[in-house]
Amino acid sequence: MIIGIDMGGTHIDGAAIENGVLIASVKHQVDHGNYFASIWQCLEDLLSQVDKDAVERIHLSTTISTNAIIEGRLADVALILQTGPGLQWHFERMGEHIVYLSGSVDHRGILVRNLDMTQLDDAREQLLENPVDALAVISKFSTRNPEFERRIKKYFEGDYNEITMGHTLSGKLNFPRRVRTAYLNAAVSRTFIGFAESMREALRQSSIDAPVFVLKADGGTVDLEGAMSKPVETILSGPAASFMGVRALVDDERSDRVLIDVGGTTTDLFFLVDGVPVFEPLGIEIDGRKTLVRALFSQSIGIGGDSHVRFEEGALKIGPRRYGLPIAFGGDSMTPTDALVYLGKLEGAYRDKCLQAVERMAAEHGFEGVALAEMIVRRMCEEIRQAIERVLDKLNASPVYTIEELLRDRTIRPQAVEIIGGPAASLSGYLEETLCLPVYCPLHHEIANAIGAALAKPTLEINLIADTEREKMSIPERGIYMPIDRTFNWREAEQFALSQVRDAGKALGLEEDQLDAEIVESSSFNMVKGYGGRVDRNIRVKAQIKPGLLEKLRKSD
Amino acid sequence: MKAKNTLGLILFPAFDWAISRSHPEREERLLYTQDQLLEEGIEDIEGIEFFNPGMATLHDINRVHFCFPDAQSLLTESHLIAAGGVMRAFDAVLSGETDKAFALVRPPGHHAQRVVYGDRGFCIINIEAVGLEYARQRYGDMRVAIVDTDCHHGDGTEDIYWNDPDTLFISFHQDGRTLYPGTGDIDELGGPGAFGYNVNIPLPPNTGDAGFHYILENTVMPILEDYKPDIIINSAGQDNHYTDPLTNMNFSAQGYAALNERLNPDIAVLEGGYSIQGALPYVNTGIILAMAGLDYSGVVEPDYHLGKWRQSERVTDHVRRIAEQVNERWLKREELSKREYGDRLTVTRRRQVYYDTAGIMEIQVQEFKVCSECPGVNTVHSYNDRGASMAGITIPRKACHACREEGYKLFEHAAATKKSYLQDMSSDDYMVSR
Ligand SMILES: [Zn+2]
Ligand SMILES: [Zn+2]
Ligand SMILES: [Zn+2]
Repeated sequence: MIIGIDMGGTHIDGAAIENGVLIASVKHQVDHGNYFASIWQCLEDLLSQVDKDAVERIHLSTTISTNAIIEGRLADVALILQTGPGLQWHFERMGEHIVYLSGSVDHRGILVRNLDMTQLDDAREQLLENPVDALAVISKFSTRNPEFERRIKKYFEGDYNEITMGHTLSGKLNFPRRVRTAYLNAAVSRTFIGFAESMREALRQSSIDAPVFVLKADGGTVDLEGAMSKPVETILSGPAASFMGVRALVDDERSDRVLIDVGGTTTDLFFLVDGVPVFEPLGIEIDGRKTLVRALFSQSIGIGGDSHVRFEEGALKIGPRRYGLPIAFGGDSMTPTDALVYLGKLEGAYRDKCLQAVERMAAEHGFEGVALAEMIVRRMCEEIRQAIERVLDKLNASPVYTIEELLRDRTIRPQAVEIIGGPAASLSGYLEETLCLPVYCPLHHEIANAIGAALAKPTLEINLIADTEREKMSIPERGIYMPIDRTFNWREAEQFALSQVRDAGKALGLEEDQLDAEIVESSSFNMVKGYGGRVDRNIRVKAQIKPGLLEKLRKSD
Repeated sequence: MKAKNTLGLILFPAFDWAISRSHPEREERLLYTQDQLLEEGIEDIEGIEFFNPGMATLHDINRVHFCFPDAQSLLTESHLIAAGGVMRAFDAVLSGETDKAFALVRPPGHHAQRVVYGDRGFCIINIEAVGLEYARQRYGDMRVAIVDTDCHHGDGTEDIYWNDPDTLFISFHQDGRTLYPGTGDIDELGGPGAFGYNVNIPLPPNTGDAGFHYILENTVMPILEDYKPDIIINSAGQDNHYTDPLTNMNFSAQGYAALNERLNPDIAVLEGGYSIQGALPYVNTGIILAMAGLDYSGVVEPDYHLGKWRQSERVTDHVRRIAEQVNERWLKREELSKREYGDRLTVTRRRQVYYDTAGIMEIQVQEFKVCSECPGVNTVHSYNDRGASMAGITIPRKACHACREEGYKLFEHAAATKKSYLQDMSSDDYMVSR
């Protein structure tokens, strides 16, 4: 049995799944004063309905790290940066304790200027004036050669409880994002570790020894141990949990699809191409900070079931603000939800009040009540359609770097839409008309998030680079920086990448048939020194465990 | 971080195309440049946008070139995409999408002349000219200055705009007596319709940052102020760099960036440059930051030492003398034109063109009709050592009625004896005889 828990902004959902069948689910309110207690109560409630001893794994999608960042509860972090030659970014909102050191490596990882040890002594002195708990060390091109980050870490070991090295967080190139990611990782570290330790302790006391996995924004999971060393990977996992839940609830189609998650204030859009989810090219943005945290691509639009509806200079406007609950649920601001209640598509606790309010607003602007309600719903659908169009334009213009890709012209053309969230079922008919596409609202969609949390499997991506001239190979995500032979070739590189991904997957507890290791990108460049010189190779392979599900959800019989 | 000037980048490294396995123009060429741009986080700078190239059509190519036997058999998709990348840059700027644009595409184009039998200096089609002529047909006429900062003489661009007074071509390059293609003398000043609007600035080997900036301040900028172009294009070859394996100049990334800041081009197009690890990553980053109006002071090559690359007094003197000679020709261009062409009705020019990559020798006779109403129709008769023979007639964009009629007559006449091409740029029509 797998337990899935997803903590959102207001609710916390739990689901228990045994052999692909949903056997129990719960919904609680989040206590913003005590996140751990919220999760634990939800888990206890769920466990009370099932056989505790049959629990094989517990999957958590938490907002622990997310909220720490958004609410600004970040630990003070000492930052050591080696910016090397190039563009000089000004790093803001990272506190006061930033030290710049000389020393750099180039794009191939070749040492350009050595680290000056006397500068390290000075840095320590300077940083110790304001002692803090966590340190983050980031060098330009450290993914190509992490020697400086490692040496600096070694030098400061003992001074800090937590030291984050930039190259351990992603194999991708983007120095400013690496700096922000490492900073955030160090800054949420203590909060997350505190949570993780409480969790372990509580499980121990309840004699549950199932392993705990934590959801990531890319729809995969990481074991608790891994999450404790890279807590930044656990940010913004909620939307990914919902996305994975829908994957578990609908039939697999190798087609282009859009997933719409309608919330109270916002609506999130996700995309699948040939049935494969679209990812952020570099990483997700949180609180205005662009990171290298791998994530599903999503676009949030400022319109939801509770968005404020009004007329401005004779024109109907919806959102992006929200003023409390819909009238039909005890609030007093007109919303799309009220329009749906008026049209009889949705139940409402205060139906009469809602009907009156719609009638009144309609009369004020010279409409019939039905006409206004229809107009609101169709306007909402139209805004969603336009947003989808805009995102598709953007995705279809994503940069390509080979002639083959440019000529292939893989334009995304959605063939179906899946919709989840509060008013999903009532909206699907209208959306179908607006989008001219079939719109599916899966069964159990209201707890898709918890189901997704339960069924998501570990994922991981690695970026291998082999340079036969330097006789070196690296996979930053695995901490591999090793010598290779000059004859090392492309095929060997691909095989090595696959075996590394498989090993990592097995270490995360995946079975052979769940591994699904694949090469995502692969290229080999001839390197020639001067004219007619010897030919070496610069080989680049990206491999991953395909994000996916441990199993599909079956209909209970 | 926010760019002062919005900038469109067409970065298309064509990772699956090479002239041959170990040719300098191979898949690897922009690999480290892309790495550098990614690591610098260029794509996260507000105001810098990345665009995919489009693909030029054969019509776009025929607008500029006489391809023998035809464009289809000489070109691969890579050429159409490189040209399409430059067209995209023009679209970005002229439609107002971005203030400026930089096409980082390959292969280059500035050695490709109007007549094309094959590859010259890694170029088959002139991607700037294809982009510019496309833009003129789409967005209307404009006065344009092309400043070629590649180390080699931009002989292809010179040939295409030889007789076009609306396109000022300025090329600085290592003196042709010491480097391919051998042309680019200061006395190559243009045809009778545009005499003086072809400006060559041959520089001595070992010219450094100081020399380039001297030329920029004392020759290029004054000429541009005088000419008042609507747009400026930088043919941004990067082989003046001190690490370039094919040339002998000492320009640095800082030098290239400062040049672009001062020149302030609307559009830049990558041309040559084959120091793919030591120069291109830094030079391209420098150009991008300079075009975007951002601080580029930190962009320094790992092995750069000012002392080592400072130019000698002798070079400085030489550069100063060249500048004086070029300036004099610019100021006296009308007088010199009269002296050169007098009252002649037709000007004939005989020349030889060598295709180094393809190994073809071509002989050309060009005939320029002199017209007081327009730049005049012109004809090129060409044959090569492989037995090919052709004639090409160009009717300029602003041709007067008489010249246009004349052009069609010339075409008919030539077509009777050999394969002939007609470029009617005034109506954007292109024809080939059987
Ligand atoms: Zn030049
Ligand atoms: Zn060149
Ligand atoms: Zn005329």
